[in-house]
Amino acid sequence: MRPTKQFATPPRRVALFVTCMVDTLYPEVGLAAAELLERHGVEVVFPYEQTCCGQPAFNAGFRDEARALARRYLDVFEPFIRQGVVDAIVVPSGSCAAMVTHFYSALFEDPSMAAERRRAEELAVVTFELTEFLVDVLGVTATGARFEGKVTYHASCHLLREMGIDEQPRTLLANVEDAELVDLVGHDECCGFGGLFSIKNPEISTAMGRRKCLNLEQSGADVVAMCDVSCLTHINGLLGKQGQHIRAVHIAEILNSQVDVVETPEELPRDEAPASVSKPPAAGGQPRRWQDVR
Amino acid sequence: MPTAPINLHAPYKERIHDALHNKNLKTVLNRTVGRMSASRVAAMGAVDGEQLRRQVRQMKEYVLRNLPDLLEQFEANVEENGGHVHWAQDAADANRILLDLARRHAVQKVVKSKSMVTEEICLNDALEGAGVKVVETDLGEYIIQLAGEPPSHIVAPAAHKRIEDIAAVMQEKLDMPPTLDAEVMCSAARASLRREFLSADMGVSGCNFAIAETGTVCIATNEGNGRMVASLPRVYVAVMGIEKLVPSVEDAFLQLQALSRSSTGQQVTVYLSMTSGPRQPLDVDGPEEFHVVLLDNGRSEMLARGYGEALMCIRCGACLNICPVYREIGGHAYGSTYSGPIGSVISPMLAVEASEPEKLPYASSLCGACRDACPVMIDLPRLLLDLRHYYVQQGAPSWLERQAMQGFLKMMQSRKLYEAGGKMGSLGSNLLASFNGGAITHMPPPFSAWTKTRHFPPLARKSFRELWAERMERRKSISGREPGEG
Repeated sequence: MRPTKQFATPPRRVALFVTCMVDTLYPEVGLAAAELLERHGVEVVFPYEQTCCGQPAFNAGFRDEARALARRYLDVFEPFIRQGVVDAIVVPSGSCAAMVTHFYSALFEDPSMAAERRRAEELAVVTFELTEFLVDVLGVTATGARFEGKVTYHASCHLLREMGIDEQPRTLLANVEDAELVDLVGHDECCGFGGLFSIKNPEISTAMGRRKCLNLEQSGADVVAMCDVSCLTHINGLLGKQGQHIRAVHIAEILNSQVDVVETPEELPRDEAPASVSKPPAAGGQPRRWQDVR
Repeated sequence: MPTAPINLHAPYKERIHDALHNKNLKTVLNRTVGRMSASRVAAMGAVDGEQLRRQVRQMKEYVLRNLPDLLEQFEANVEENGGHVHWAQDAADANRILLDLARRHAVQKVVKSKSMVTEEICLNDALEGAGVKVVETDLGEYIIQLAGEPPSHIVAPAAHKRIEDIAAVMQEKLDMPPTLDAEVMCSAARASLRREFLSADMGVSGCNFAIAETGTVCIATNEGNGRMVASLPRVYVAVMGIEKLVPSVEDAFLQLQALSRSSTGQQVTVYLSMTSGPRQPLDVDGPEEFHVVLLDNGRSEMLARGYGEALMCIRCGACLNICPVYREIGGHAYGSTYSGPIGSVISPMLAVEASEPEKLPYASSLCGACRDACPVMIDLPRLLLDLRHYYVQQGAPSWLERQAMQGFLKMMQSRKLYEAGGKMGSLGSNLLASFNGGAITHMPPPFSAWTKTRHFPPLARKSFRELWAERMERRKSISGREPGEG
């Protein structure tokens, strides 16, 4: 287990580090994450200055560039924590969470950057991946979600091996009503994305991804849930090209797909929902079906 | 039909392409690699695997911290036992030492036990160039020697060959009748190898580990060929990397545990051959002369450059077996003696013959499965990241890549540019996607590398931040209270 802050009382407000990919490609995932948090009594704050955590640069070996973005991240989020505006930072992505909690200290390894390293470490203990926060911090095991269909789970590499998070998302999924959880062969095997790896080594990346898709096909699942939209982009990119029926979804979309929504003023009115946002659950007690996703 | 071997000297891209399109290779990798991993998991699970890993790690850390002292202790003990120690700076040095020994003893035939380090220095070529016949005696290694191929796996050299391929080679080279019966094939190899053992003048092996406190070279095998190599011929030479030392006999058995369980999933290998010196007056067998060649070949520089962790490797192959990249391309595609994650780390740093080794640190998705499988807990992804950083410092990335990275940085450092870029990206990508049913199916290079086999989604029409701002605005107008910070 990585060291995290132990909260005496449950956090009331968190800052959402939505990640650049969710921000630009999958806003519905960010909204689902925010709604999930709000439904469990946590107010969500979105710092608009946030951009990218620097992971692409770091993984490509461009450490100066990654360090510049790490500094930006610290500058943006630190005041929220320090001034007590929020108690924690929540990230709906395993790899970005790993970058912030695990690799920032590596970026500031040099003794001359001891001060920044300390800052990074202080933020790391209050930064949580979404399912980690729900289960470990809030003590949630069921989000009250209903989802009709066969669901399987893909364990994203950084979430699983850098963050050590696996039970949390599985627990939450297992408690989704009407969802039938099915096993996935090679659930903990890389999907082949690897950031720039997918561009630098497209053939290997594709071969790895196709193996994943084959396993998905054989699992019989309707959707595969995961905690990282980067894997999701890769898997859906392959599934789409190959004309496969199964779809990858972010876990927040399933955990948030519920019927008994408490009518809150911040609920997105349906007619105003833009096309890229997944539809809110159908009214009349019908559980959300997997076909409705995306 | 035998598997067409991947040309190790071909350019990186070509090797990868050939490997991925080799059907037989795919078959054999699917068959063997997963099985080897499963055996490891079972064998490590049968004991307190985590404790074993921690202990080995601790021991290897001690070795690296005390390497100079341990090497001297080892040398003194080998010599006290009547053996000889040679120090080789690089491959050329090591080969010269071995050639001198061969010449001095009028050696015509060398039998070898499987060894990666002699592959690293291309010893066979050097000996054969001097007219010495070299026979590999590990079955897998023998098969690929007959086929004229290099090993494709650290512990299973013929891992790239199906049984059909092996049978074809043996039929051709050993006059074996057509058969796929493994027992018949083994007997054929055995009969042929026995003749070689009995007529060899010199035995050469690598070294799995060497004990400093006793001056003992240890080789672990499953076929007993290592013992024959070390005891039958007049002269026995062990070649070892300087990192192969363990301090004590207890440490040797600790490492043997970790090695056996992690490589083949055995509790212990069938044979462990320990040689501390030449035949003594009352011994019934053993070599007349015993030599150890200590090879550096880039290792001390690795230590000096901060990659010492990679020198803790015990060459078990667990990282190869678990690696999703290795499983797709096999060992030859790496173009170096050492393949898989550990090969990607050490090939660029050892003075080893390799084609485009600087590409290897990028041949990983950094999934981290190797680190979890490694019995010494080597942080391979981290070492790969460090090497990538090194290449960036050396200015290795192309002009285009560096420009793209600077552009990316600039955009991500400014909220204004980031939001504007997102807006433009959204408009452009949605336009592109509108021609293709909602997905981007074609992009120009270098992004065509993605779209050739994968779709890419268009950017959202409205970003999260835009939707969030609208949401806050609505909340404010409904409840009359201020929205949250940000």
